[in-house]
Amino acid sequence: MTLLAERPAIVGEPREPEHEHGPTGILKWLTSTDHKVIGKSYLITSFVFFCIAGLMAVVMRTQLASPDSTLVSQHLYNELFTMHGSLMLYLFAGPFAFGGLANYIVPLQVGAPDMAFPRLNALSYWLYLSGGITMMGGFLVVGGAADFGWVAYAPLSNAVNSAGAGPDMWIVALVLTGFSAIFTGVNIVTTVFYLRAPGMTMFRVPIFTWNMVVTAILILIAFPVLTAALVMLWADRHLGTHIYTVSGGGVPVLWQNLFWFFGHPEVYILALPYFGIVTDVLPVFSRKPLFGYRGMVFATISIGALSTAVWAHHMFTTGVVLLPFFSLMSYLIAVPTGIKFFNWIGTMWRGSLKFDTPMLFAVGFLIVFLFGGVTGIFLASPPIDFATHDTYFVVAHFHEVLFGSAVFAGFAGIYYWYPKITGRMMNERLGKASFWFMFIGFWITFMPQYLLGLHGMPRRIAEYSSASGWTSLNRVSTFGAYLLFFSVAIMCVNFWQSWRRPVPAGSNPWDAGTLEWATTSPPPHHNFYSIPPIRSERPVWDANHPEHKALPSHAERAAKRRLIARPEVDLLGESELHL
Amino acid sequence: MKIEARFLLFISAFCAVTGFIFWAVGLAHGYVTITSGGTIMLCACALLGLLPGGYYLWWSRRMTPRAEDDPTATVERGAGVVGTFPSTSIWPFVLGMGAAMVALALVFGFWTAIFGFFLAISAVVGVIVESRRGGLI
Repeated sequence: MTLLAERPAIVGEPREPEHEHGPTGILKWLTSTDHKVIGKSYLITSFVFFCIAGLMAVVMRTQLASPDSTLVSQHLYNELFTMHGSLMLYLFAGPFAFGGLANYIVPLQVGAPDMAFPRLNALSYWLYLSGGITMMGGFLVVGGAADFGWVAYAPLSNAVNSAGAGPDMWIVALVLTGFSAIFTGVNIVTTVFYLRAPGMTMFRVPIFTWNMVVTAILILIAFPVLTAALVMLWADRHLGTHIYTVSGGGVPVLWQNLFWFFGHPEVYILALPYFGIVTDVLPVFSRKPLFGYRGMVFATISIGALSTAVWAHHMFTTGVVLLPFFSLMSYLIAVPTGIKFFNWIGTMWRGSLKFDTPMLFAVGFLIVFLFGGVTGIFLASPPIDFATHDTYFVVAHFHEVLFGSAVFAGFAGIYYWYPKITGRMMNERLGKASFWFMFIGFWITFMPQYLLGLHGMPRRIAEYSSASGWTSLNRVSTFGAYLLFFSVAIMCVNFWQSWRRPVPAGSNPWDAGTLEWATTSPPPHHNFYSIPPIRSERPVWDANHPEHKALPSHAERAAKRRLIARPEVDLLGESELHL
Repeated sequence: MKIEARFLLFISAFCAVTGFIFWAVGLAHGYVTITSGGTIMLCACALLGLLPGGYYLWWSRRMTPRAEDDPTATVERGAGVVGTFPSTSIWPFVLGMGAAMVALALVFGFWTAIFGFFLAISAVVGVIVESRRGGLI
């Protein structure tokens, strides 16, 4: 049944509710093209992958808690760190924000009835799920899953050094999830460019949606390169080509160039959506409009643009990259990120802060990501990178960046939008307990890893000798990992409790301002019964708080200036303006 | 539409300029063969922004202004049909499974691709029929 989506005609007069006579249960999951159902599927699937990958991390930390440990074999350890990285990066961090939250929230934030291409959207999810199952299936074949690290450097990843079906399944899984990401990217760009509500100009779109647009462009830049590189890797493994092997005239470092040309935009594909979550959460719980909206948009675009030109800072030690160029570009990216931090702090500055769980996680993100970012600036300097490359210093750095964004900001997003998605509140006390366990556990886990890196402990080793002097720091780090595990367990209890004993949320529990809070929780089929007039970037706040006059937009201020200069020309009609 | 066009054209211009600088710096350091891959990828990124961005810019000068680009537009201006949105369809699932089986032929051999192509082609037919006469489920 094809439906014509209609926009409500008159403010305050709700349209007739559309009754969807669709299937229910498992058939609904299989056949729905509703962006909300697909978004929820993405959220749940990626959270499951997050839990699996987290358990792998716990096993690895247990292995490293004591020297000369034999809990897992070296081969299994290689598989574990490879699959931990692959699951977290390809199947959790990206799809959770870009497949799940963006899918659910972006059409609501721009006032669209659905994504622009609903069936393509469903196809993205099925490619993602089949890719994820394929990747996990590697554990079931002879020889085990891929064990060359999530970066699959040549020549380690060729048919001689990594034989078996597991690595091939890893390659196929990435091709499938890559196409899934590309399709979602196309969908999001089209939705935001073509399906906005009247009055929702590009400079009134919430920052979360802006970040998703920039992320979508980065995906369109990066993922085709990865897919091409993977197909060439497969050809090297099976067709006898010599693209990445020296013996036939190939260049192994080409893999690193191609992979990181994908991989560095990928880091921002993972980070920018989470920046967007934090940018939406902070103004709501500071009860102020966002400080520096335009600066935020330009900072996001600058980060996106710069991230295409920093890939080789992962390859400083190969000796065949332009050190000054990549070092300078990596430093430059700190400028827009600094603008973002300035604006985040400016948003909270002198606001009336409410420390509900989403706000706690958002502030936790600021602190954690700041440390990750600052150590990133260390590593952009080639001499420091030469000293710490492939040590636990780098491990601690990227866990601060990625754990900070994907988990702290991601959980802020879960707590923030859970009432909208389910119509139920989550338990505040359990949420706060989960936050404090996570925040403290995080520092206990990763601060010792910085020190271990400076003491020379290489990454990706399954065993170390007791003479190395790394035992006590490793033990502290493992204790922190158990706290993190406990924190996620509390979160799962919280889900369970809200499922068994629902507390109704209402349409706008946080008194937020963006358009997704104008509709019911959960939103009806085709999303809106009525849309408030959109005169600023927080139309719902304007509608709910008429006593606070909306700040005039840039265009309105320009029109007013024209009116004052030439009063005989009333360009827009004075009655239309709130001057 | 103009802001969307400028956004894409900015990405394009940035990648073109960066690609040129990258090529020039590589030339100065005698690194041209090693950096040629990066130069090509940055040029491709410039094209990725240029094609849709240029089209939007060309089109934005010819179209009637849209309500979503007008800061003073009222909600009533957008009333009416937004577009057609298929409600439920089994075919994305069939197509996804078909594509996955075709891809798995890279691992397990040609036989999975036979099933995969069968599923994918039936899904394509299904989607076309569904679009014409309005859905199966």
